[in-house]
Amino acid sequence: MTKLTPVLSAHWDEKDSHTLAGYQRHGGYNSVKKALAMDPDAVIQTVKDSGLRGRGGAGFPTGNKWGFIPQGDNKDHYLVVNADESEPGTCKDTPLLLANPHVLVEGVIIASYAIRAKHAFIYIRGEVTHVTRRLLQAIDDAYKAGFLGKNILGTGFDLELTLHIGAGAYICGEETALLDSLEGFRGQPRLRPPFPAIAGLYARPTVVNNVESIASVPAIIEKGAEWFASLGTEKSKGFTLYSLSGHVNNPGQFEAPLGITLRELLDLAGGIRTGHTLKFWTPGGSSTPIFTDAHLDTPLDYESVSAAGSMLGTKALQIFDETTCVLRAVLRWTEFYKHESCGKCTPCREGTWWLVQILRDLENGKGSEADLAKLLDLCDNLLGRSFCALGDGAASPIMSSIKYFRDEYLAHLTHGGCPFDPVASTLFASSKVGA
Amino acid sequence: MSLTPTPNQFDENFLSRLDAIIARYPRSRSAIMPMLHLVQARDGYVTPEGIEVIAEKLDLTTAEVHAVASFYTQYRKTPAGEYHVGVCTNTLCAIMGGDEIFAGLENHLGIENNERTADGKVSLEHIECNAACDYAPVVMVNWEFFDNQTVASAKTLVDDLRAGKKPAPTRGPNSVPTFKEASEVLAGFNDGRANEGVQAGEPTLLGLKIAKGERK
Amino acid sequence: MTAVQPQTDQITLTIDGFEVTVPKGTLVIRAAEQLGIQVPRFCDHPLLSPVGACRQCLVYIEINGRAFPKPQASCTIPVENGMVVKTQLTSDVAQKAQEGVMEFLLVNHPLDCPVCDKGGECPLQNQAMSNGRGESRFEGKKRTFEKPIHISSQVLLDRERCILCARCTRFSKEIAGDPFIDMGERGALQQVSIYEKDPFDSYFSGNTVQICPVGALTGSAYRFRSRPFDLISTPSVCEHCASGCSMRTDVRRNKTLRRLAGNDPEVNEEWNCDKGRWAFQYTMAKDRIAVPLIRENGVLREASWPEALAAAAAGLKGKKAGVLVGGRTTVEDAYAYAKFSRVALGTNDIDFRSRPHSAEERNFLASHVVGSAVRYSDIDQADHVVLVGIEPEEESPIVFLRIRKQVRQRGLVVTAIAPWQTRGFKKLDAKYVGVVPGTEASAIAQLALTSASVIVVGERLCESAGALSAVAELASKSGAKIAWVPRRAGERGALEAGAIGNLLPGGRPISDAAARVDVAAAWSVESLPSAIGLDSTAILAGAASGAIEALVVGGVDPFDMHAPEIAGLDKAFVLSLEMRPSAITERADVVLPIAAVVEKSGSFMSWEGRVRAFEQSVPETPHHSDLYVLSLVAEALGAPLGFSTVKGAAKEFGTLAKWDGARESFTATTASTAASSTALATWRQLLDNGTLQINEPNLAGTARAAVARINAAFAKSLAVVNGDLITISTDRGALSLNVEISDVVDNVVWLPRNGVGSQSLRMLGALNGAEVKVRKGL
Repeated sequence: MTKLTPVLSAHWDEKDSHTLAGYQRHGGYNSVKKALAMDPDAVIQTVKDSGLRGRGGAGFPTGNKWGFIPQGDNKDHYLVVNADESEPGTCKDTPLLLANPHVLVEGVIIASYAIRAKHAFIYIRGEVTHVTRRLLQAIDDAYKAGFLGKNILGTGFDLELTLHIGAGAYICGEETALLDSLEGFRGQPRLRPPFPAIAGLYARPTVVNNVESIASVPAIIEKGAEWFASLGTEKSKGFTLYSLSGHVNNPGQFEAPLGITLRELLDLAGGIRTGHTLKFWTPGGSSTPIFTDAHLDTPLDYESVSAAGSMLGTKALQIFDETTCVLRAVLRWTEFYKHESCGKCTPCREGTWWLVQILRDLENGKGSEADLAKLLDLCDNLLGRSFCALGDGAASPIMSSIKYFRDEYLAHLTHGGCPFDPVASTLFASSKVGA
Repeated sequence: MSLTPTPNQFDENFLSRLDAIIARYPRSRSAIMPMLHLVQARDGYVTPEGIEVIAEKLDLTTAEVHAVASFYTQYRKTPAGEYHVGVCTNTLCAIMGGDEIFAGLENHLGIENNERTADGKVSLEHIECNAACDYAPVVMVNWEFFDNQTVASAKTLVDDLRAGKKPAPTRGPNSVPTFKEASEVLAGFNDGRANEGVQAGEPTLLGLKIAKGERK
Repeated sequence: MTAVQPQTDQITLTIDGFEVTVPKGTLVIRAAEQLGIQVPRFCDHPLLSPVGACRQCLVYIEINGRAFPKPQASCTIPVENGMVVKTQLTSDVAQKAQEGVMEFLLVNHPLDCPVCDKGGECPLQNQAMSNGRGESRFEGKKRTFEKPIHISSQVLLDRERCILCARCTRFSKEIAGDPFIDMGERGALQQVSIYEKDPFDSYFSGNTVQICPVGALTGSAYRFRSRPFDLISTPSVCEHCASGCSMRTDVRRNKTLRRLAGNDPEVNEEWNCDKGRWAFQYTMAKDRIAVPLIRENGVLREASWPEALAAAAAGLKGKKAGVLVGGRTTVEDAYAYAKFSRVALGTNDIDFRSRPHSAEERNFLASHVVGSAVRYSDIDQADHVVLVGIEPEEESPIVFLRIRKQVRQRGLVVTAIAPWQTRGFKKLDAKYVGVVPGTEASAIAQLALTSASVIVVGERLCESAGALSAVAELASKSGAKIAWVPRRAGERGALEAGAIGNLLPGGRPISDAAARVDVAAAWSVESLPSAIGLDSTAILAGAASGAIEALVVGGVDPFDMHAPEIAGLDKAFVLSLEMRPSAITERADVVLPIAAVVEKSGSFMSWEGRVRAFEQSVPETPHHSDLYVLSLVAEALGAPLGFSTVKGAAKEFGTLAKWDGARESFTATTASTAASSTALATWRQLLDNGTLQINEPNLAGTARAAVARINAAFAKSLAVVNGDLITISTDRGALSLNVEISDVVDNVVWLPRNGVGSQSLRMLGALNGAEVKVRKGL
């Protein structure tokens, strides 16, 4: 029997899955009706009981986050959905929103009701025009159908939902940078405390949740916290989207209970590219320390991945086979962090600038073994020293790759450059379609 | 805030759309990003007039608007081509062939990163991960998905774009919009084309189809 | 900032093994300072909001035995009970973290210290030595930028030196409210930026140069001029306005090269305005009067001191004389003028108000201002600040900053009664009450204040008849405090010193016989003149009519006064004490040179009534203070002053400075009901044609343009748009300026009082509220 549990993805194969009609055909917006009949605190309790944890990477319990919002404070509250999916390798929210934007809208309504927000925002990255269209349309349709706006479904609950479109800045996935960006500033992280639950958007109590977290809420309301909690592991409950990409025969989205292993997922994805072997992979995007084939059986839940020395992150499983130069991969990620560093703090801004130069030299066969020690020491000076986690993310691929592939770094020095043929790793190298 | 443009530089439709953007938010300053997208929808990049009119509308200094505009990669300092082609060269796409595609397009178009062809049709940029890794290597045109590209397919794509053929994205509307048209969507204005194109590509559906026994 | 407010909640923590107790809310980095432990830092500044950006101040922290998983920025973490902090002195983790950050900072910082203005006084240089690694491991390519960028005529930016601490941008936004600089770009390319067309035109921009922890921001005036170790620094006080800023004056070989804001938490904190910082070239002007001059055959010629003093004495002896002091004297100099007038000339005809003034004002000053002590701290604690007759950003910039600070920190309510809603008022979030000049009294009468309120009254409110009476009435009704804020640095001191016709030193009313006896005894004279003295205008009119035969004039521009009778200067014998040629010296019979502020010691009295003493900054100077020169003249007249040094004058004034007798009683003036069909509004801008601002084109480059401001309806009625020329005229003259449509009340035109091409007093002879004619074109 398959371990897969399509819930969010259950109807993505229907041509009109993204429309209001397509969504409502399978009970869409029924959870709103159910939730709005509940006490808001009961909605929060249900989400707490479900054990749902943040799907954006950090894994913080969603219901607890909602519970932190002070009630009866006579202040405006806000819900902000983080749809700024930009972590390299991460590609789950984008197809979800393309195929079914309404499930997010429904989740937004329920979450806003629970935390007593009257205005919610979806912050979507700016580089996905068609997803933007689908969300704009879904929001328009939800207003017209009476799910948004004044006196929703006659319950007296009012909610405005605004789609805010980013403009190309990875850092805005960091929740406080996202809030600054949404307020019309440069997207640079804020000091915490105060935490968003106390002083978030416009210095008002604010919940910031990932798309997948909020999209999971309608099903929890519909089928109950117990149903959700029965899936997954003891501490990592429920189902989630795993995204396989790279050197696998069939990349794609796999919705499964938390705790599935890469070995099981690779099985579903048709295995590693035919004729090749697994070399390294990321469990949750480029900021999570890399794994190797030694971790094929690590359960992909928050605790197990952490215990194995990485992070579950966004469950973005980027798979690289033996044709891939790990130094090339790491350099490119480091260049990404350098490009995306917001510039606010010294270690991240200057550290990524420096790391790129050392890695480029190494890739070109320049340097010495001592440079590896220097790289690791600089990473030590960056990790945990920067203002936000971007700096940590920048250090992770370097530290973990030197841990597993030290000899490959050195091979660049003895070889006088990269010993790999870059063409061998391309998609078209193994297919008939050539350049 | 000197040298504010005289209002007749901007047509009424543009100015009223700026106001419509401001109306979306509890505080006006939040409107700055969609307003910058709208300036790009008008001018193809962030023009000085655009910065000045936003500063005036939001009661900010031009330095504050410039600070925001220059922070985000998508806000351009120079005019984009009618079709802005982004090749993902972040690690996964690069390794899967993005580097070859980018080099192939540079060579084919005779331009380098962040340049525009002389006919103004195509500009080229190597972009970061665009959340389509299961479709790698990925090329974006005006931020519409062209999935699973090869060097050859990417060359054909830009040739078609330059020839005005308006090809259809893999997952997107029936024909690719211009940079200015796409920017208008990014300013939050629905162009009514949401229902065009597929709801999902094959990799998106893979797990579902396996679960339903439709695929192995 | 030091703990000014009493804190009840105290927190005890341990830093490097030492226990320290500090008020709740104190940041760890400040608590460490209490123990004398210096954690290195760059972005941290006690007067700016914390950002935690540079990461230089990382320390190891435990709370109740549980360690933070990573080192924390001590500039952002408030203390907690039971906290154990280990800085670089006791923690290897903190030490390594700091060395790592320092190494990162230096990756892209040029090694141009030998040619950098900051070299020798550079926090980066110093802390790299004290807290950095011995050597950098960086072997790569440094970031470079085109350099320097003129972000204004007076501030330059060398971006490659910048460490992006954001002190300058935070200052501009938070403190000054002038976000004309901001961060641009991102990541390693992030840089301080202006918008290409709009420079950093802030009246406070010099502070960013001072707080820049590297040599990224430099001032045009000082760039490449000197080395800090060649300078002699002297604590000083600003002479430009009544705010009372503490300053530091840096001199090399008797030339003033630089002035910096001093740190006085009770007054200017660590800030000053650009005029205070950069307007000092006048002291080194080529046309400084070096030796005494005597008019002979209509022409001034050089003379020896004995000859000139003899001529002065001859001109004054036995004459009916008057004294015009000007508003820029030190307390000691003003006291010398006050005593000289009574003792040597036997008259109360003395006035420091070389500007528009009124009898109502003189009465108000004698009854409500002299001897009073309203402080900056009263603004800090006010429930409501009313601004009337003053635009503080233009006329007393530190008052402006202090009010703005309270507005930002605690939402202080501010009301501005004015004819134009200026940018400064907007930056104070002020409730704007638009009034036609001359009608302030009724707006004042409508305010509801409490004893915690402060009414900030500008000197030019005296131009509105009845307005000061309305202020007095409001204060007496509500208990609100009156803060009289004159523009010039010497006015309050001159008032206290008795350089005015109705008061003796200490605010003793001349009308009070006991007071006169008191002072006469102190001065060892038999008696003092008892007739109330004339004011400035009347003194000049007296000279013109012949009623006054001689004048002693110190530091006065007659055209700062309303309709001065210049003829009087030609008719009477004039002794002028001056630094540079002026409208007075042109007409004087004897001119005696005097010292500039940096060339003497003394004290100013700020608007608060606070004595601001300063030492001589320029070690060697040929010039003498006014009081010394006056003592020589008095000697020559046979009526010695009894002192010839600043110390002597200060000591004597000290014995007279306080008076616990009755103040002059106040008689209210009725507000005028006459309305103008088109009224003038006018005041001085901070940077303008002022005589102390000469020879500093970089500073002048950031002056606000002299334009005529009218509202849209007025512009429509004249059929003019922004930039069109209009002409404003009275029966005394006319001037033409470009229009800028502004939020000015109906039927009012606002003009700069001393702008380029707009000297409203001199050219129009018109005060606030005066009827003017306005037409399109020339």
